[in-house]
Amino acid sequence: MIEDQTAARKGWMSLLAKAPPDRLAALLPDLPDHALVRSPESGSVMVRGRIGASGGPFNLGEITVTRCSVRMGCGTVGHAWVQGRDKAHARRAAVVDALMQTEAAAGLRASVLHLLAAEADQARATRAAKAAATKVDFFTMVRGEDA
Amino acid sequence: MYVAVKGGERAIDNAHQWLAEERRGDLSIPELTIPQIREQMKLAVNRVMAEGSLYDPDLAALAIKQARGDLIEAVFLIRAYRTTLPRFALSNPVDTGTMAVDRRISATFKDLPGGQVLGPTFDYTHRLLDFALMAEGEAPSGTPPTPINPLERGAPLVPHVTGFLDRDGLIETEPATDTTPPDLTREPLELPADRALRLQAITRGDEGFILSLAYSTQRGYGRTHAFVGELRIGRVAVEVDIPELGFAVEIGEVELTECETVNQFKGSRTEPPQFTRGYGLVFGQSERKAIAMSLVDRSLRWNELGEDFTGAPAQDAEFVLYHCDNIQATGFLEHIKLPHYVDFQAELELVRGLRAEAQAQREAAE
Repeated sequence: MIEDQTAARKGWMSLLAKAPPDRLAALLPDLPDHALVRSPESGSVMVRGRIGASGGPFNLGEITVTRCSVRMGCGTVGHAWVQGRDKAHARRAAVVDALMQTEAAAGLRASVLHLLAAEADQARATRAAKAAATKVDFFTMVRGEDA
Repeated sequence: MYVAVKGGERAIDNAHQWLAEERRGDLSIPELTIPQIREQMKLAVNRVMAEGSLYDPDLAALAIKQARGDLIEAVFLIRAYRTTLPRFALSNPVDTGTMAVDRRISATFKDLPGGQVLGPTFDYTHRLLDFALMAEGEAPSGTPPTPINPLERGAPLVPHVTGFLDRDGLIETEPATDTTPPDLTREPLELPADRALRLQAITRGDEGFILSLAYSTQRGYGRTHAFVGELRIGRVAVEVDIPELGFAVEIGEVELTECETVNQFKGSRTEPPQFTRGYGLVFGQSERKAIAMSLVDRSLRWNELGEDFTGAPAQDAEFVLYHCDNIQATGFLEHIKLPHYVDFQAELELVRGLRAEAQAQREAAE
């Protein structure tokens, strides 16, 4: 049960982090009252790769990240870590993270998260279709002298 | 030695103001916006992100605008900005096996699971100037993508090519470890540098320098007989352990280019004959850099593979690592244009003294 909750929370936090900030703001223009536990702050995360894709880790380079933590009136705490430097995005994502732990969850899932997930899927599928349209088959030609 | 000088404030202010005017150019031409640079100069943005070692397309676009298109100056701006950011965390290593690929090709296998995907490539273009782009026209409409098998929608399974060779024991294995790699942004680069540190230095190194070194290995200076086993470009998720939660969350995505080379290796006292590997991984769509990186990586591995050091530049870790960073290089190079009046005065005195001495000797001899 705890594991299911963790998996679900990972899912929505990731969805919120990857959502285009403007889109999230359009879906949820007004935020309910909340207190900032940690004001939005920007920093970096060092992204690591693996040597030869499968070996030991190495430092590839950094990304910008903004994080924020909020507390709702009912005491529920929400956190957000989002890529980029958009403080409003981090704050909105933290509020949604908090609300998703309350009875508002079902409503938000329907009005925000499902839409974001569907749009992300659509964007991925469109790109994958473009890539698939460039799939080729190379044929090895038999050289004249070998024929 | 550079000695501080005073004065010149007004001239400097005026120079900077003129710089701003020159950057803007002809006022009758619309000003470039950051989104325009980000969307339409994407490969320049990618290069600035890779060599600036900070993935943020908007900031890279801003840096390019501010630097008037001087990409090394833009990298400099990004590096300087990066130092102001608090480091929140290290990501979990990205899994390029789950990459949503835009492009994936292999020069070693023509039929492979996941297929050969060309993606938006310059390859097979004729390199003829397209004057249609000069006549400010409509966006290219193009034909809509050919309908494909619905089973192939979404991210298709695209296994790594080296995995096939790995399975047959024909290529050296690259076993996963979880050691914390050294970080040259935290500790000065020191030799000997392990492979993790070398890769970090090369992935942020100057593309032109890495390209030339890689080319030198192909021409015989430390030849490694590389095949491009696989080249892939696409997006991968960045996952971070969130300390306040105690679990990992995918907080975003980065576009990466990955190149794995398959290289000849005759075997050594301890290893049977098998293929060896070179690895390149670079921010953004940076194909030339990723291929070059994998060649230079392989070349620098001569010692651990028991190969001979032939004195080739690309085999020399000190030469490669201490000269590949274009910000270090340009900083040292360009500082010599700053006032060196005291240094030069001393040199002048010395030369005058030597000349007087030589003159006196000549006169004494006559």
